Amino acid sequence: MSDWVEACGADDIDEEDVMRFDHDGRTFAIYRSPDDEYFATDGLCTHEKVHLADGLVMDDIIECPKHNGRFNYKTGAARGAPVCVNLRTYPVKRDAGKILIQIG
Amino acid sequence: MAKGMLIIGAGECGGRAALALRDLGYDGPVTLVGDEPHLPYERPPLSKDALAGDAPVIKAIASEEILAERSIRHIHSVQAAAIDRAAHVVRLSDGSALPYDKLLLATGSLPRRLPMPGLGPRCVYLRTFNDALAIRAHLSPGNRIAIVGGGFIGLELAAAARRLGAVVTVIEAQPRILMRGVPAEIAKIIHQMHEAEGVNILCGDAIAAIAADGAEVRIALAGGQDIVADLVVIGIGAVPVTGLAAEAGLTIDNGIAVDAELRTSDPDIFAAGDCCSFPLAVYGGRRVRLEAWRNAQEQGALAASNMLGAGEAHSAVPWFWSDQYGLTLQISGLSDEGSKVVRRDLDDGAFILFHLAQDGRLVAASGIGPGNSVAREIRLAEMLIAKRAKPAAEALGSQTIKLKSLLAA
Repeated sequence: MSDWVEACGADDIDEEDVMRFDHDGRTFAIYRSPDDEYFATDGLCTHEKVHLADGLVMDDIIECPKHNGRFNYKTGAARGAPVCVNLRTYPVKRDAGKILIQIG
Repeated sequence: MAKGMLIIGAGECGGRAALALRDLGYDGPVTLVGDEPHLPYERPPLSKDALAGDAPVIKAIASEEILAERSIRHIHSVQAAAIDRAAHVVRLSDGSALPYDKLLLATGSLPRRLPMPGLGPRCVYLRTFNDALAIRAHLSPGNRIAIVGGGFIGLELAAAARRLGAVVTVIEAQPRILMRGVPAEIAKIIHQMHEAEGVNILCGDAIAAIAADGAEVRIALAGGQDIVADLVVIGIGAVPVTGLAAEAGLTIDNGIAVDAELRTSDPDIFAAGDCCSFPLAVYGGRRVRLEAWRNAQEQGALAASNMLGAGEAHSAVPWFWSDQYGLTLQISGLSDEGSKVVRRDLDDGAFILFHLAQDGRLVAASGIGPGNSVAREIRLAEMLIAKRAKPAAEALGSQTIKLKSLLAA
């Protein structure tokens, strides 16, 4: 279960921003926090299956672009209406300027 | 013993308020009364995705299990008949009576009726899930659908009907579609998109007469044209449901009048969502009534908090969206507060119009583009509006300057 996949370059994402990553028929969202750490979650909002990568990152929160459902992208925790189901998160590592996620 | 919290209206606003009362730790009785047979559900899909599939499905705000788990009593299929303010009791249409400590009126709005004779069973309105089911049954290839009103409900319905192959005509009395609240530049793009998808849009023409003719309906326009349809859907706006409040002697002013804390003229009765008018702090307390999903949700939560004594004033910026074909429109703020417009182009033909007041304050932003391409910028604009920011017009118009950087300034 060490299926690490290269998602993007470390510089492809601005600080406090998010990027979409599609792999093997699945879609993920990769985040770079304001303090320069990287995180990954499922790519679609648990409310209406909208791509979260079109949303806004503020501190440790990603806001869904459609209905403003909020999640903590570091833990996947849903943070208020209309979302009530948490997001799945994935381990991330940074290696030689690349961002890898373990999609398992 | 506590009489508890009673909510009349089990839509987005009432449903969210009930959940919010529990989120806030209230452990007394919570009762939610609705006149529909369904669980509290989201209405936005009714003119969009709910019509797309073969069998529309309800998008519930809370399942039976969640309501049970959170001890929210949901009484459905009944109407509230009267409020006895002195006794703190609401009487229902089935003869029962419910006591309350605090009451929330989340009665919503109903479609504005077309004041014309000749409307038979094939002239319908869209408000409820059952309305959507009835309309869906007519959306089939070649079936002729006439839509009266080029507002959001009508246009979203037109898009859904086209997707299902129906022949669609939209009749709008105003000189253009989306006159209320949408800039002409954006309305034009939506208009063109509908025409490209095969919708016949007739603007600036009034309806002279409507008559049922067998299984058909014939609409005679003042300009001389006749439109024959298998189904007519009327979407000419909504009126707040205020009868219960008015009969109880509460102040009505374009809806149930509430203060910044959503309290009516009776301190134990609150109102929220489509049914109320309230002072909008971000525009100096201008009294408005909003018919929008997010407003219903936010005000439901705020009312819950204030029913528990929080004393919190409403501070949100209005926001709404519409989906038609692959296009999404989002608007935050009220564009009629602005006197100057600055355009910012984004990728894929998407763009944002920033509306600035005389003094340079950003008061609204309207965006349109494919998918969710305008969402992030509109959300940032909303934050700037909430901050009463006066960003430089050049910065707003420049693609190379990030809106987020203006927020920090």
